[in-house]
Amino acid sequence: MVLKHSDFRVPDVYADWCPGCGDFGIMNGLQMAFAELGLEPHQIVMVSGIGCSGKEPHNVKAYGVHTLHGRTLPFAMGIKVANPALEVVAIGGDGDGLGIGAGHFVNAGRRNLDMTYIIHNNGVYGLTKGQASPTLRLGLQTKALPKPNINEAVNSIQLAVVSGFTFVARSYAYDVRHLRDTIKQAIQHKGLAFIDCLQPCPSYNNITTKAWYSGEDRKDDNGKPQSRLYKLEETGFDPVVHDWKEDFNKKVAAMDKAREWGDRIPIGVFYKNELEPTFEKRLVDRIPFYMDRPPAKQKLCGENGLSHVDLTEFMEDLKTT
Amino acid sequence: MDTAANIFGKACGYGGLYVFGRREYHSNIKGLHSYFHLRISSKEVLANINDVDLLAAFDAETVVRHINEVVPEGGVIVDSKDTNTKVLDVPTFPPEFVEVTKKFMQENNVGETLNDWLNHAKQRNVHVFPVPYIDLLNQIGEKLGIAQISKITRMINVLTIGVSFALLKYDRSLAEKAVRDTFAAKGKIADMNVLALNMAYDYAEQNFKDGFKHRLTKVDVNEERLFLTGNQAVAMGKVLGGCRVQTYYPITPAADESEYLEAHQIMKTSSGEDEAIVVIQTEDEIAAINSASGAALAGARAATATSGPGFSLMVEGLSWAGNDEVPVVITYYQRGAPATGLPTRHAQGDLRFVMHAGHGEFPRIILASGDIQECFYDAAKAFNLAEKYQMPVIHLMDKAVANCSQTYKVFDYGKFKIDRGDLLTEKDLEGKEYRRFRFTETGVSPRVPLGTKNGVHWYTGDEHNETGHISEEPFNRRKMVEKRMRKLELVKKEVPEEDKLKFYGDTSSENIVVSWGSPKGAILESLDMLKQEGFSIGFMQVRLIHPLSTEQVKKALEGKKRVIDVENNFLGQLGGVIKEATGIAPSHHVLKYTGRPMTTTEVYDALKAILTDKASKREVLMFGS
Repeated sequence: MVLKHSDFRVPDVYADWCPGCGDFGIMNGLQMAFAELGLEPHQIVMVSGIGCSGKEPHNVKAYGVHTLHGRTLPFAMGIKVANPALEVVAIGGDGDGLGIGAGHFVNAGRRNLDMTYIIHNNGVYGLTKGQASPTLRLGLQTKALPKPNINEAVNSIQLAVVSGFTFVARSYAYDVRHLRDTIKQAIQHKGLAFIDCLQPCPSYNNITTKAWYSGEDRKDDNGKPQSRLYKLEETGFDPVVHDWKEDFNKKVAAMDKAREWGDRIPIGVFYKNELEPTFEKRLVDRIPFYMDRPPAKQKLCGENGLSHVDLTEFMEDLKTT
Repeated sequence: MDTAANIFGKACGYGGLYVFGRREYHSNIKGLHSYFHLRISSKEVLANINDVDLLAAFDAETVVRHINEVVPEGGVIVDSKDTNTKVLDVPTFPPEFVEVTKKFMQENNVGETLNDWLNHAKQRNVHVFPVPYIDLLNQIGEKLGIAQISKITRMINVLTIGVSFALLKYDRSLAEKAVRDTFAAKGKIADMNVLALNMAYDYAEQNFKDGFKHRLTKVDVNEERLFLTGNQAVAMGKVLGGCRVQTYYPITPAADESEYLEAHQIMKTSSGEDEAIVVIQTEDEIAAINSASGAALAGARAATATSGPGFSLMVEGLSWAGNDEVPVVITYYQRGAPATGLPTRHAQGDLRFVMHAGHGEFPRIILASGDIQECFYDAAKAFNLAEKYQMPVIHLMDKAVANCSQTYKVFDYGKFKIDRGDLLTEKDLEGKEYRRFRFTETGVSPRVPLGTKNGVHWYTGDEHNETGHISEEPFNRRKMVEKRMRKLELVKKEVPEEDKLKFYGDTSSENIVVSWGSPKGAILESLDMLKQEGFSIGFMQVRLIHPLSTEQVKKALEGKKRVIDVENNFLGQLGGVIKEATGIAPSHHVLKYTGRPMTTTEVYDALKAILTDKASKREVLMFGS
């Protein structure tokens, strides 16, 4: 049965985001991507952290695990390792992933589990009413801040590349088709995929607004807004590492592109490397039957309920007779 | 040093002897004083005692720290080169120990060299056996064609074992077997060590002819035995109990367990298909608990292992697991605290912490093991409890039970049953509406692993409705809180008595000891000694600390003249918990918080003093360096 976008809706849950919130776009992008990939709700686990974005799984018909602030990736890792057949999509806010959860972000890169992580990047902590998030630039003063931001922003794309994410992309919550396609690519990627999803916060970020991204302030002679966003794929940028020899230069190119901000902001795929073995592959090297009988699928006991583990080999080392 | 102790213990085991070993080490890589305290007997031994019959020292510090524990007619093996060492020049002595040492020297008129100390011991009839280790190493080097002695100094371990067994007139073939076994994987190294063992044995036979009376004699046994630590027992128990994901961040004294599991990752089964446990070293303990919870939600039996500082970081995750009814197991190895505390030393100071850790009210199970065999079975049972009652289970260990080693008859684990509780499959769900947190009479809602067809549901750290979506409705909130909490009543009702409380000795006596965790061995041995002297006393070991079997505890303690609380902490935490639950306060406390476990000697002394009304209400124990 091929499911439609609407089959991934959750009608009995009211999505309590502000009108105009980018979370709606991301929700639609996810539902469309799942439907177009032919996935069924039970095959997907959406894992989220805390914040407005944390509620995203409640609005998508799929297994949903709404966890703690910053801990999205550890939960996702546990789920994926226990059952690698699951399609795990972790999502979280910029504060969640790059502030309180930054340690997990970096270490997730080291493992390269075959799953997807999407950060809702709006520059503010929305749910606590507008404090500066780790992606808000130095000196900016969004409307709830008593003073301009005293910290410099972290560049999530660059951090993902150096941390070892093997698919690094950016999209925009209001370009739902681009977002949908990016999510599809991320899910299909063999390895850990990261999407930095730019997202206006209509309530608290009065600087990088929808109007700002779409260039309402810089119209051409015909009065047409000149969007600040441009698509990497339309510039001939090739993010794919075809051979390990290319890897360093591809990383440098991705990081160089990630420096662009202001009047020209790239979206699309910055870096992609499927040569790096996934964590699952690394486990298979140790446990040949891991994919067939992962932790969640082992029997543990026989028909009689007795634990069927044979501890002889353990005990042999410890015997004193 | 660990290797030496293991070889020694194994060799004794091969001779049918029972061994109890305690490992003491500083929080450092090399240099500071470490030792292994072994007790050997033809009968089962459950703890250490204060008296030392034979002290084998690798350095001057060991002699200074332990020589006064050596009893008359006991012996000291020393390195000849150390005998002229000026005791106060030992660079590793901290200033507070130098003070004590100086005082001892003044009060007992002991001179400044190690030789003076040894002579002082000789006056107490202690035998001194100086061994020229360097000469022996040179001879070994010559035989093996190794010019650089530094390459084989590690063999001093084995030389000491050779000398010890020669003094004890123990069958040297058993020692040889233990050496070969220990170095089995290392080929030539085994031969080299056997040579060293025999040279030392010969040296001692030829040079130390008189005096030392202690003997170790082989005993015939016709059962298979194990010599293992609590860490190893827990690792095996976890595998037996179906644990298939273990997460951890390195911390003493917990990490040994995870490393052991990783080394034995793939296991055979009687069904023919191998199974395996995935062990993940996470970036911190926060990731450890939360990834274990994730794995548990996906349907794997999952655990993490840590100590106090790590558990402190896990607390938010614990609260989430309680709220979301996650069957996750946390093996908690207590060590000296607060803060970094005594990172390699023993304590039982975290009972209150594990009972109350986590914001909000949620159910949990706390199961405390008192000996290595209990560690094994409890580690397995923890997963049944976690899944049956769908709540976090804290398996409470301590450094003593984790790092001590003991001889046991091979565990007969064949009857251990896996009970996954109310777990639904895809088929059970067909055509039905599933609600993860369905309100039920017992509070336990049927569980479905993530990924199961027909079972889509949600989890959230927010308060939720039956489906798992966020709900802040007061009536739902009340029902959900009560649903979670009432599962504890079921735990109390269903957990077998022997897993809640264990009774020993004369429980009808007016005197009863209450305790938990590793003091058990020393208490049991003390009870035996007291019984032989005609004292009547019982012992209640609390195993299921939470939820506490209040009624049974009350029944056991009511009307007693002396309720003696024995614990390795300052506050007498279990005593406090019992008082809170039953209104019965301990009449006496026997406490120890030096970072060292209790010995039978000191527990016996304290209990006897209490029974004869010669003790204070609060006896504080001090033995052990």
